[in-house]
Amino acid sequence: MNSAKPRKMRQAIGEGRWTRLTLITIALVFLGLMLIAPLLVVFVEAFSRGVGVYIDALAMPDTMAALRLTLLVAAIAVPVNLVFGVAAAWAIAKFEFKGKAFLLTLIDLPFAVSPVVSGLIFVLLFGANSVLGPWLDGAGIKVLFAVPGIVLATIFITFPFIARELIPLMQQQGSSEEEAAVSLGAGGWRTFFQVTLPNVKWGLLYGVLLCNARAMGEFGAVTVVSGNIRGVTTTLPLHIEILYNDNKAAAAFAVASLLALLALVTLAVKTLLEARFANSLAAQRRH
Amino acid sequence: MQVRAENISKRYANMAALDDVSLTVGSGELVALLGPSGSGKTTLLRTIAGLEHPDAGAVYFNDRDASESRIQDRGVGFVFQHYALFKHMRVMDNIAFGLRARKTNKPSESEIKRRVMELLDLVQLSGLDHRFPSQLSGGQRQRVALARALAIEPSVLLLDEPFGALDARVRKDLRRWLREIHERTGHTTLFVTHDQEEALELADRVVVMNKGKIEQSATPDEIYDTPATPFVFSFIGESSVIPVQVGNGRATLDERMLDLEVGNLPDGPAQLYLRPEDVAMVTDGGPGIPGLVVSTRRIGGMRRVTIECGLARHRIEFDASAEVTIANSQRLQVRVIGGRVYGAGSEGYATEKLAASATSDFKWAKAEGWLDR
Ligand SMILES: Nc1ncnc2c1ncn2[C@@H]1O[C@H](COP(=O)(O)OP(=O)(O)O)[C@@H](O)[C@H]1O
Ligand SMILES: [Mg+2]
Repeated sequence: MNSAKPRKMRQAIGEGRWTRLTLITIALVFLGLMLIAPLLVVFVEAFSRGVGVYIDALAMPDTMAALRLTLLVAAIAVPVNLVFGVAAAWAIAKFEFKGKAFLLTLIDLPFAVSPVVSGLIFVLLFGANSVLGPWLDGAGIKVLFAVPGIVLATIFITFPFIARELIPLMQQQGSSEEEAAVSLGAGGWRTFFQVTLPNVKWGLLYGVLLCNARAMGEFGAVTVVSGNIRGVTTTLPLHIEILYNDNKAAAAFAVASLLALLALVTLAVKTLLEARFANSLAAQRRH
Repeated sequence: MQVRAENISKRYANMAALDDVSLTVGSGELVALLGPSGSGKTTLLRTIAGLEHPDAGAVYFNDRDASESRIQDRGVGFVFQHYALFKHMRVMDNIAFGLRARKTNKPSESEIKRRVMELLDLVQLSGLDHRFPSQLSGGQRQRVALARALAIEPSVLLLDEPFGALDARVRKDLRRWLREIHERTGHTTLFVTHDQEEALELADRVVVMNKGKIEQSATPDEIYDTPATPFVFSFIGESSVIPVQVGNGRATLDERMLDLEVGNLPDGPAQLYLRPEDVAMVTDGGPGIPGLVVSTRRIGGMRRVTIECGLARHRIEFDASAEVTIANSQRLQVRVIGGRVYGAGSEGYATEKLAASATSDFKWAKAEGWLDR
């Protein structure tokens, strides 16, 4: 049944063979020029001075520090957004309340605002001239130009990924299964972990992947709040920029290849998930 | 367990989904909640289950105010309209869910398994315990949903359009089967349906709802024989409606083209409701109401004929023998041999059933050209 469908569709759309070929060619050429070529350049440049330089660049203490910081930031930001994202999606999809539309808009805010502006918001909030800044200083807590600021900015930037992934999924599924669970005597936690979560697990995993990729790759907001203190507040993207500005192109590309690799792994896992996800969604739709 | 809903009201935006509804389901009774789509059936059912909070009124389970207990503790088996099976769980885990969720008296895993198998047997699905819901037909899913609800040994069983999404054939089978299960398990049961045939065939008592109110609550026989309101009359079967004028115990139309004895209805405008079997074609040349055939269609062994009568061309439907040939635009005469007249009463409706004897006597004005329009 499935294999017959596309053929029928094509007939229905009724585009000629040439139109189709032209469109596909344009799409492929564009993809090749704009996406694949740059990615290739990263790897070519990374190895342009030989494997030795590549390994040296990766083994630099600053690189290792940047890698550790990046992993630390992601390790905090992703779980936090996992919890908040699920909570927000749950609230929006399963309950009716005043201000729901506003909350939805709010979730999209980080997507709408330029990352640099997001970073500046935190500078305004925690800077020396702000209300919170001196008070936190007095308490001996450094937010700006330190790890907490980077973590906060990253959480802000990556907040929408998980919530946005879950909201349409949860809305589509409605709350009748949860109602069934509750009427059968299940409490809130049991209902969540045994009914709600399994129904959105693929979407959730996908959201986590995207969130993680962005958390590790975020530049704009982080560069504003980090103060670019080498080996202390530089994440991988910031470290790459510093290397590049120091005319160490090969080293910069070597570190960049790490991030590019992360992107490729994310995409590969995402593709696998989508195949899986599509199946389980299709199975659910057959209801 | 007796279930009592008292003076329940529930509004959505500016529309009353339930308007001061009271309903009692006796212990072990099988009651149907019948009404058109949007009449508030689901809302009432959900309110009883605790899934919806009424704006006013209360639900009692055996004189205990149910609003004092959580949904989880009400012991209500709810079968959802679209089943709401847990998609990612196998049939047996679906059915076992309620038993595993128990805080007290939780049976051992082997006991749960035994109970699940027993229930699968009851709903005639033995052998399908390892299937996922997506691998079942609609009727099978419906049975799993019922088994899952029965597993918690509910004090009350609530079913929302249990057969609504199934085809006619499967529906008939499941109907009989649900009746059997009810007789065997004896649960207090309330089920929702928009299908009058289903309600009348299955239930001990039928509660007819319309626009958030209960129109009538009675046995299937009473509902059919003495429908309390015009709505019940027209919802329970095919009907034709003719506006009549009541005066001096007689209902008349168009200067006595129709003239029926109606007992002691108050004077004033009223509605004459006729079922197809309340109207007969005049074949013996006697007096009758003249009408013009506008359509005929075959229904089983009979021919359903629609005619237009009177100055305002009121439509009347009746059944004629399939052997008689009746053509469109043909003129014929019919006689009213039953039916019911609804007039304005002190509260709601005053209604009189027409006795065949009372209705055989009527005159018809010599048609003054109205038939030859
Ligand atoms: N969650 C809701 N929000 C707004 N209106 C609702 C909601 N649920 C039901 N209604 C309205 O209440 C009325 C009764 O609905 P319902 O109880 O589902 O009717 P039925 O089950 O008899 O078809 C309908 O007009 C419906 O539109
Ligand atoms: Mg309904």
